[in-house]
Amino acid sequence: MNSGIKKLSRYRRHRFARPALLVVALISMGATFQVASALPSTTRMETTAQSTLIEEGKRIFAQGCSSCHGLNAEGSGIAPSLIGVGAASVDFQVGTGRMPMADMSQQAMRKTPIYNAEQTAALAAYVASLAPGPDAINEAQLTFERDGNTAEGGELFRTNCAMCHNFAGQGGALTQGKYAPTLMGVDAKHIYEAMITGPQSMPVFSDKTITPEEKLSIIKWIKAAEKEPNLGGASLGRVGPVTEGLLVWTFGLGLLIGIAVWLTVKAK
Amino acid sequence: MTNEISKFQDPGLPEHVHRKTDIDPKAADRAERQVAILFVLSAIFTVVAIYSYIFIPDDRFFFLPIMGDTNAHQLLLGIGMAFALLFIGLGLVHWAKMLMPDTEVIAERHEFRSPDEDRADFVSTVKVQAGAAGLGRRSLIKRTLGLALGISALTPLVMLRDLGPLPKKELEKTSWKTGTRLVTDPGDRPIRPEDLEVGAVAQVLPELAEGQERTLADIGKDAVLLIRLRPTEFQLDAQRLSWTHDGIIAFSKICSHMGCAVALYEQQTKHLLCPCHQSTFDVTRAAKVIFGPAARPLPQLAIMVDKDGYLVAQQPFTESVGPSYWERSS
Repeated sequence: MNSGIKKLSRYRRHRFARPALLVVALISMGATFQVASALPSTTRMETTAQSTLIEEGKRIFAQGCSSCHGLNAEGSGIAPSLIGVGAASVDFQVGTGRMPMADMSQQAMRKTPIYNAEQTAALAAYVASLAPGPDAINEAQLTFERDGNTAEGGELFRTNCAMCHNFAGQGGALTQGKYAPTLMGVDAKHIYEAMITGPQSMPVFSDKTITPEEKLSIIKWIKAAEKEPNLGGASLGRVGPVTEGLLVWTFGLGLLIGIAVWLTVKAK
Repeated sequence: MTNEISKFQDPGLPEHVHRKTDIDPKAADRAERQVAILFVLSAIFTVVAIYSYIFIPDDRFFFLPIMGDTNAHQLLLGIGMAFALLFIGLGLVHWAKMLMPDTEVIAERHEFRSPDEDRADFVSTVKVQAGAAGLGRRSLIKRTLGLALGISALTPLVMLRDLGPLPKKELEKTSWKTGTRLVTDPGDRPIRPEDLEVGAVAQVLPELAEGQERTLADIGKDAVLLIRLRPTEFQLDAQRLSWTHDGIIAFSKICSHMGCAVALYEQQTKHLLCPCHQSTFDVTRAAKVIFGPAARPLPQLAIMVDKDGYLVAQQPFTESVGPSYWERSS
């Protein structure tokens, strides 16, 4: 061993010594990279799949969205820029059918989605690739049944949501034809995404001011409100005295007037 | 044609027209049966009400057209009680209209003044009885009774005190002091500026000192809405701009019109809407009223960041929050 090193060191000033060392170093580095990149081969495949998804999303975007949002999602006079809105926003807007809009009215309405789940995911991946933004919510994050607290959710809902969406989540009017939509029958995922992205008139509810656990509690409360039975049958929209009063004034008073007329008609 | 007005003739009462039930005994029997049927129906509905109260489980639902899923217990109980009363009423009215005497009866009005002998009689009775009771003699009783009656009228007068006390300076003060941290409502967590994205809102209250309790009256004055915009979107004067922090602006949530919670924030238009009377405030212009009955902008809370990086109040509110009142100084 010792004599071997001595033999080697005899050549340390040889004119091929430096190039030979360089070759050895390059080969070892290359081998290390080869091994390192070969190990997580799935990651590489995912990256490829991701880029195909983005390509697909870009194609759908060019066809379905770019006429308003611009070819590079930069926005236009009639539609906002989508750079930095994130996958969550796309998943909410497209997944609830709000986008693409049917017409240029005050507010995009919830309707049957035009794109299926894969297409929505592709669009979301494309928009998310433009600039970082909130990620779409996956089902594994929606543990509201386990982690949510209905009572706490109700308290949070009344302070933060009820003024626009009504105390029973039925929705309500805003200014100039805009409105807060009903929360009944909305996917938990979309409720969550709306809170973190603030679609249209709705403000953003940050994760620091309403923590993810609190958001799950709010969703759990909304789902509980949805299941709340109507003992009297017709809920009359659950908006309180307005519809109830209307019903009593028309049908109730109508019945009383009818009886009053019958009372005063002379018998023959 | 003459201008003379002919004297008005009293037409008298129209001739009484007999009902069919008065003339035809068969019709009367039929009416009797109808009334009886109405009363029996009422009895049946009472049975329905009692039956559903006892025997139908209160968690049973069934589908009804228009109504949707309806609770059987509640519905039949309600229908049973309502119709039981309704059919008693209908039966009584039908009975009265068809079978009870319907001949017109005239009851002449008598004179309002009582006859003289009745009046004299009354006066003498009062005099005799009052003398017997000793009202003239026992003046102590008479006076103390007067005192008791007179003073008893004071109680409702004193109760008017509940209309007060006057608020004095109480409504001008809130719990916001220089350096009070803004905490989330609910949750009581302090907030850093970086916790809020552009377009975010947060419902906030002043942080409580150790061991302090928050009363509903406090929340009614202290509630604040925190909004983050892009700093370039503000159209504020230098002072109001210095009350914001990096695009974050804070307003009292208590409407300057009637004191409702103004918290309908439209992120796109930057308008704050009060749900009670639709007063609309422009957040970019220091909550200037742009629609509705409110007379003043919402008071703005001056905010800054403390040494630990949390949002705090620069100073208390510079004006009273909430609606107008007589003693309001600003």
